[in-house]
Amino acid sequence: MLLIQQLLNGVMLGSVYVTVAVAFTLTIGVLNFLNFTIPTLFMLAGMIGWALAYWGLPFELSGPLPWPLALLFGILASIVASLIVERFTFRYLKTKYGDSTEHAIPLVSSLGFLLVLENLVRIGYGTDAQRFPGPSADLTMNLGGIFIRIPQLVSLFLVILIVVGLTWLLKQSRIGRGLRAIAENPDAANILGVDTRRVVPIVFMLTGLLCGLAGALFAVNYGEVSPQMGEDIGTKAIAGMVVGGLGSIWGAVLGGLIVGLIEMMTIHFFGADTVQVAVWGLLLLTLFVRPQGLFGHNSIGKGKL
Amino acid sequence: MSGYWAGILTILAINIIFAYGIFLPVATGQLNLGGAGFQAIGAYGAAFMSASFGLPVPITIGVGMAIAGITGFLIAFPLLRTRGVYLVLATFAFAEVIGGLILNSDTFGGAMGLSVPAFIDWHVAVAAAAVVTVFVFYIMSTRFGLTMRAAHDDEVVTDLMGVNVRYVQVAAFAIGGALAGLAGGLYAHSFNYVEIQSFNALVSIYVLLYVLLGGTQTAWGPLAGATFFTLLPEALRTILPALKSALYGLAGVEGAIDAPDDSWRFVILGALTIAMMVFRPEGLITRTMIERLSFRRSSKGKGALA
Repeated sequence: MLLIQQLLNGVMLGSVYVTVAVAFTLTIGVLNFLNFTIPTLFMLAGMIGWALAYWGLPFELSGPLPWPLALLFGILASIVASLIVERFTFRYLKTKYGDSTEHAIPLVSSLGFLLVLENLVRIGYGTDAQRFPGPSADLTMNLGGIFIRIPQLVSLFLVILIVVGLTWLLKQSRIGRGLRAIAENPDAANILGVDTRRVVPIVFMLTGLLCGLAGALFAVNYGEVSPQMGEDIGTKAIAGMVVGGLGSIWGAVLGGLIVGLIEMMTIHFFGADTVQVAVWGLLLLTLFVRPQGLFGHNSIGKGKL
Repeated sequence: MSGYWAGILTILAINIIFAYGIFLPVATGQLNLGGAGFQAIGAYGAAFMSASFGLPVPITIGVGMAIAGITGFLIAFPLLRTRGVYLVLATFAFAEVIGGLILNSDTFGGAMGLSVPAFIDWHVAVAAAAVVTVFVFYIMSTRFGLTMRAAHDDEVVTDLMGVNVRYVQVAAFAIGGALAGLAGGLYAHSFNYVEIQSFNALVSIYVLLYVLLGGTQTAWGPLAGATFFTLLPEALRTILPALKSALYGLAGVEGAIDAPDDSWRFVILGALTIAMMVFRPEGLITRTMIERLSFRRSSKGKGALA
């Protein structure tokens, strides 16, 4: 019974990883860019949501906001932050020499943004973990000894909805066709009438939306936010993305769930300290044995952009 | 010399060696985001040899360095099957696995860390940094260094020219691993204590930033990057409070002013990183810059380029 409960917890935790992993895989699939600000965007939604729910709007414009509204503003903040990142990282990717470390330029600036945003939040709100005033914890369903928390169920449903919506957007819509064309060949896409400068920010908006949503769901479900909360979730989401295959949305979904399950199972059988070895060992093994992951394509991430 | 400056010089020397350890793979076109893993191996190797067997310092550091180098050599073969983003992720994962293994091993003290009995003075670290700097400058001036640069600029053409690119890359990884291990060993003996938390992912990120911001084209780059970014936080420690009181003075705020948050230093490092990538992505010090400064570029070459 405990094992089933743990499996369920693994799926619930995995759904947070899934959302962040989809954000990673989207930027890497379309732009060939490993965006290291994603963990910070995730954290930003949670921390700003908490600050608004605890203190209210800045300059004493209002009292503490109700938590759903606060989280909405949090998500908005991470979308705005993501667009700022786009302005300063991706738009400056110019292939001047075409040597082998040049694709790292946006990656390195995104590391810079990771430092800036995370430490600004630390300066503003302190380094301590804070309790998020979400819905009460006793909203649970008891299914024959297995406890399911209603907010978690709602989150899982939301995550599925978002991923299905995103797949539809990429497959069916005009924007999605543009994005897929850029993923294939940015120059050809440009020539054939895809306005790269309008379409690329959409990737970053979606990234901000996904990360913000994941951060908000995390704050509600686990009731705690901190400036460091993105580091652990973000790195595990990367692991999930690699296992699923870079650039594949359903791969990220499966990979995120696998990482969530593996984490819960390792905790169940071996204790919490071994999680790091299990998750990263899996990642290393995937990279060595099947670098394209479960669903990925061979061409992505080889510096083709 | 005061203890404060001795401490800073030690950290500076260790960071320079560490930066060179990451520089060698990066100079062949392999981004290594797993520096902390190699450093941890060197540090724990030295700490274990010193704590358990009481071996003299040169041997403990040598053992740590050798283990890190051999690990670099062995891990290079599967690592170099991957490229681009995959390689970055694989090196990152490697460091996390090493950290996780040490955290779970009772031999290495787990989360408690190991205390290291033997202490070394700051002279040793500085001397080691000087030797490593000369060594890397020498490597870069040899034919091997030339093939490294060639592999960085274009792997395929280098291969066509008859250079065994794989051999160059593996060698760069192994020597780089050994240097990072040396930095770890010096760290262990200089601070008499190692714990795995001090070899976290941020350490890997910082050292890669030192190298990339300093510039990867010449051996001057890591030296400049590591020096600048090690001394910058120390300089900011005195500059920032002065700046804050000046600003508050201008704004007319009276009374005592708290010292600014420590995190501002990292905000500045991050902002500098972003600005560098926008304006000078090839790093602070480039080959052209060195040539200009040393007047080595002949007028004939200049004409040909123009």
